[in-house]
Amino acid sequence: MKTFKLGGIHPAENKMAASQPIEEFPLPKQGIIPVSQHLGAPAKLLVKRGDQVKTGQLIGETAGFISANIHSPYTGKVKKIDNVLDASGYKRQAVIIDVADEEEWEEDIDHSEDIIREITANPDEIVNKMKANGIVGLGGATFPSHVKLMVPEGKKIEYLIINGVECEPYLTNDHRLMLEKTEEMLIGIKILMKGLGVDKAIIGIENNKMDAVEHIRSMLKDFKGISVEPLKVKYPQGGEKQLIKALVNREVPGGKLPLDVGCVVNNVATAYSVYEAVQKNKPLIDRIITVTGKNLQKTANLKVRFGTQLSELVDHVGGLPEDTGKIVSGGPMTGKALPSLDVPATKGTAGILVMTQKEAKFADPRNCIRCAKCTEVCPQGLEPYLLHQFGELERPEDAEANGIMDCIECGSCNYICPSNRPLLEYVRVGKAKTSEMIRNRKQK
Amino acid sequence: MKNQLIISSSPHVRGNWTIEKAMYGVVMAMIPAMLVSFYMFGLGALRVMLISIVACMAVEYVIQKYVIKGPVTITDGSAIVTGILLAFNVPTSIPSWMLIAGAIVAIGMGKMSFGGLGKNPFNPALVGRVFMLISFPAAMTTWPKPIVSREFFSFAGLDAKTLDTVTGPTPLGILNEQGANAVTPDYVNQLLGSMSGSMGEISALALILGGIYLIARKIITWHVPVSYLLSSFVFAGILWLVDPSQYADPLFHMVTGGLMLGVFYMATDYVSSPMSKKGMLIFGVGAGVLTILIRVFTPYPEGVSFAILLMNGFTPLINTYTKPKRFGEKQPVN
Amino acid sequence: MSQIILSAVISLSAIGGAAAVILYFVAQKFKVIEDPRIDQIEEILPAANCGGCGYAGCRAFAEALVKTGDLENLYCPVGGNELNKEIAPILGVEVTEKEPEVAVIRCNGTKTNAPKKVEYEGPQSCAFAHSLFAGESGCPNGCLGLNDCVESCDFDAMYMDEETGLPVVIEDNCVACGACIEACPRDIIELRPKGKKNKRVFVSCINIEKGAVSKKHCSVSCIGCGQCVTACPFDAISLENNLAYIDPEKCKLCRLCVPICPTGAIVEANFPEMTDKLVEKAKENYSKQKEKKKGAGKDKAQPKKAAADKKATASQEKSSKETSSSSSPDAKKDEAGNDSEQSSKLKNNDNSAAGNPENK
Repeated sequence: MKTFKLGGIHPAENKMAASQPIEEFPLPKQGIIPVSQHLGAPAKLLVKRGDQVKTGQLIGETAGFISANIHSPYTGKVKKIDNVLDASGYKRQAVIIDVADEEEWEEDIDHSEDIIREITANPDEIVNKMKANGIVGLGGATFPSHVKLMVPEGKKIEYLIINGVECEPYLTNDHRLMLEKTEEMLIGIKILMKGLGVDKAIIGIENNKMDAVEHIRSMLKDFKGISVEPLKVKYPQGGEKQLIKALVNREVPGGKLPLDVGCVVNNVATAYSVYEAVQKNKPLIDRIITVTGKNLQKTANLKVRFGTQLSELVDHVGGLPEDTGKIVSGGPMTGKALPSLDVPATKGTAGILVMTQKEAKFADPRNCIRCAKCTEVCPQGLEPYLLHQFGELERPEDAEANGIMDCIECGSCNYICPSNRPLLEYVRVGKAKTSEMIRNRKQK
Repeated sequence: MKNQLIISSSPHVRGNWTIEKAMYGVVMAMIPAMLVSFYMFGLGALRVMLISIVACMAVEYVIQKYVIKGPVTITDGSAIVTGILLAFNVPTSIPSWMLIAGAIVAIGMGKMSFGGLGKNPFNPALVGRVFMLISFPAAMTTWPKPIVSREFFSFAGLDAKTLDTVTGPTPLGILNEQGANAVTPDYVNQLLGSMSGSMGEISALALILGGIYLIARKIITWHVPVSYLLSSFVFAGILWLVDPSQYADPLFHMVTGGLMLGVFYMATDYVSSPMSKKGMLIFGVGAGVLTILIRVFTPYPEGVSFAILLMNGFTPLINTYTKPKRFGEKQPVN
Repeated sequence: MSQIILSAVISLSAIGGAAAVILYFVAQKFKVIEDPRIDQIEEILPAANCGGCGYAGCRAFAEALVKTGDLENLYCPVGGNELNKEIAPILGVEVTEKEPEVAVIRCNGTKTNAPKKVEYEGPQSCAFAHSLFAGESGCPNGCLGLNDCVESCDFDAMYMDEETGLPVVIEDNCVACGACIEACPRDIIELRPKGKKNKRVFVSCINIEKGAVSKKHCSVSCIGCGQCVTACPFDAISLENNLAYIDPEKCKLCRLCVPICPTGAIVEANFPEMTDKLVEKAKENYSKQKEKKKGAGKDKAQPKKAAADKKATASQEKSSKETSSSSSPDAKKDEAGNDSEQSSKLKNNDNSAAGNPENK
């Protein structure tokens, strides 16, 4: 079975929510929609206080090449526009909507469950529809997806790679989607293939989700060019570069993009939202969020409209346990710790992980014993112990020479370190310093 | 909710790999060799072992508590490993005070003076051992013979006249003084440990067993031991092919002296060996060649300690010039 | 025997002599001619190599001094004016005096004033924590207390007060080199003139959130109510982005703003203890100034105050009540926009408008 070669770790999977079917989460009383839910420039607001909005209405417009549209997930009245705490840990601009009882959809949106199989849109229309409907990568980076389809002149794309790896422990949202929205997802992949002009698509799925592999395989006869590849479980297989290496054995060099080796990578959930955007003109206003944690009464995979407060989702599974020590938005390896549950769900929220006090506390860091485990597990072939030193000592030149900018921040080094050293933390410090240095150099 | 939420950056989970696991894993791996030495040398071995471990831990405790006035970390196992290795490297007849002096140098000078675990450029046990070898050459080169009744088959390789005396030279000592013709190979007994030598180094088999355990538990990687063994084997083999009457055969070099002890437990020391795989290979090859060079061409019969210490000195240089292969170094397709 | 000694001595002397000659010519050939004043100046510089002057070290600073001969713009914060007096004759220029400065910490979010709401775990680095979240108290501008500034100080002029969790500047040691300002990711530290007899008054807060929001994080935050702006008889205080700032150039150290501040965000340093008499005087002054400014600026001066008051604290005296009605359109607009930028712009305009008539 395939996997990537260099480094990698095997954290405990803890996918408790894998057997929970997707539940439609009821609309909240009030929705808080941040204008910055994606990578890149925050959207430009189109509504003001007191405006009536319909479900699916455009309320924030792209502001730049890398930016995305924001749509109202609710019907109701704009209560105010305020700065609200979001997953970044800071307060940022958001539209607060009082949700009306009656839901009214924007006119040209098809929000029925019927599956539309025939793809009529041409590649340009596909890109435009994705852009108009605010599709971003739902794997975690929230990179505006239509940008990925705009392949620069001279580059030839051979493979569309669909990321169904879900290598993060705990999270099961992509797994459930692959099981329950299979056909829509496959149509979405077809649309992406048409948009890119490629005839080969590979879905990579780790072999702890063999049910999904089998299920998708059974449906593939109607979808030519798509294949499914089970992969040996190893973190961080869901990383773009590692996935390309595992599936087509190509290595994306440092500072380059997947399209430099003829690949485009998209997440399964993104493929599903592409289907909705292109076939049904439905903007990205909801996503599947895994709510999980060892001490929660139950776990769930919820289909949630953006703007719903995370506290409501946690209440749905029985509320926060007494000994909660940390709340993570996303998976435990790359997610962000939240200062509070009064944070809205956004396009980038893949899951909520509630950790106990015991799980959240780590032992104090000790001396580096130079065991070289971090170099062994680094999937990028770097020397985290060294980059940590350069970060701490503020030596950006040396850090750059040792490839600090190639770090994908997967956290494998932190995970394995026997001395519990904050390796990735200082690599991030160093990375910030190094990129500042590179920027200054470019200006000169 | 009573507790405050914790904010930290990702990752939010940690593996269960700790310093303790690594260190006690090494201790576990050394148990077979320890048992062989107890069996071969009796209570004297137990005395040396206990004094060495207790002295190393005590020195570390005193320094951390009263000199550095920092946290005391003697339970992390590193002092125990140093203690066992130091004991393994001395003859069981060593006077206790010399051993304690060795422990003070090993921990105090070899480790704590550089800032404690992880900062020492040289393997502390070897620093202690070399200090003792230079300071007390007589005591350090008088090896008691294994308890005679416990000889497995015969006592080949040694002068028959010395059978009834209490001490005897090591096979390497004989080789060094009298040449290759004076030693006759008896690999079975040498593998099992029925020969004179420092207490831990006698049984190559027990040491190999522990080494395999270390590699299987992924405490060490194969790179240093394999390259070390191969290079010393090849180098000794070349010499043997050139003149078998003057140079001992490579297998003899493998099973005698402290080679196996050095290969699996001291050259692989995390702190003082290189970080990258390439570096480890270079380190192993260098140590292997140096070991045979010292054994054959210098007045010292044994060269493992010096070879590893010398290569320890090269470690920072090796680290600088051997970088792991980075992801994506291959040329892109289009 | 003697022959051997003799020949050894002769040959060695010959080699030595030859080497000396070669060395002499080489030294002549590759001589670097430097202005001797550089060495002279470097001699008297503090040799701290702190970089406070903006140069890489004391030598580089000395070179710059000699090259430009400009003592006005080049200033060694460590040596100060004393040093300038020594340098001036070497350069042959006039001595220029510069007012000594000291670093002040513009945050008073102690452990009691701004209690922890979450707990941070990670590297003890403000820069890192700053990139991660708003801070343990939730204040996005407040001190993170992770020692970046203390570590950056080369003069032992800072330490972290364990009790408050805030850094403290030891004034006698501070040379105003500015290293801590560079180090602080939140720009909390400011260099201010030391002031007469080391006395200073400043707003110890840089939170630009709206009053009601900032009060939630910290009990001593500046809520942007503008009462100090009104109280100041010298127009030294300005209000921008819900934050008051006291201009050290204009401040006459009268302390009349200190008791007026409803949250205690204005801090005084090295003054005798506040007396009841002074508090009384300050209140008197406040009502006097309010009347005066109201008269001078007509309605212009008030909207900003009213708007800020209304948002910030309900417990303000009736003083603002009468004016709030007159300025309700503005106040409403401010609320409706809910955009701090907009409201601050509004306040700025008012500020200048209020200031102008008085200056005449």
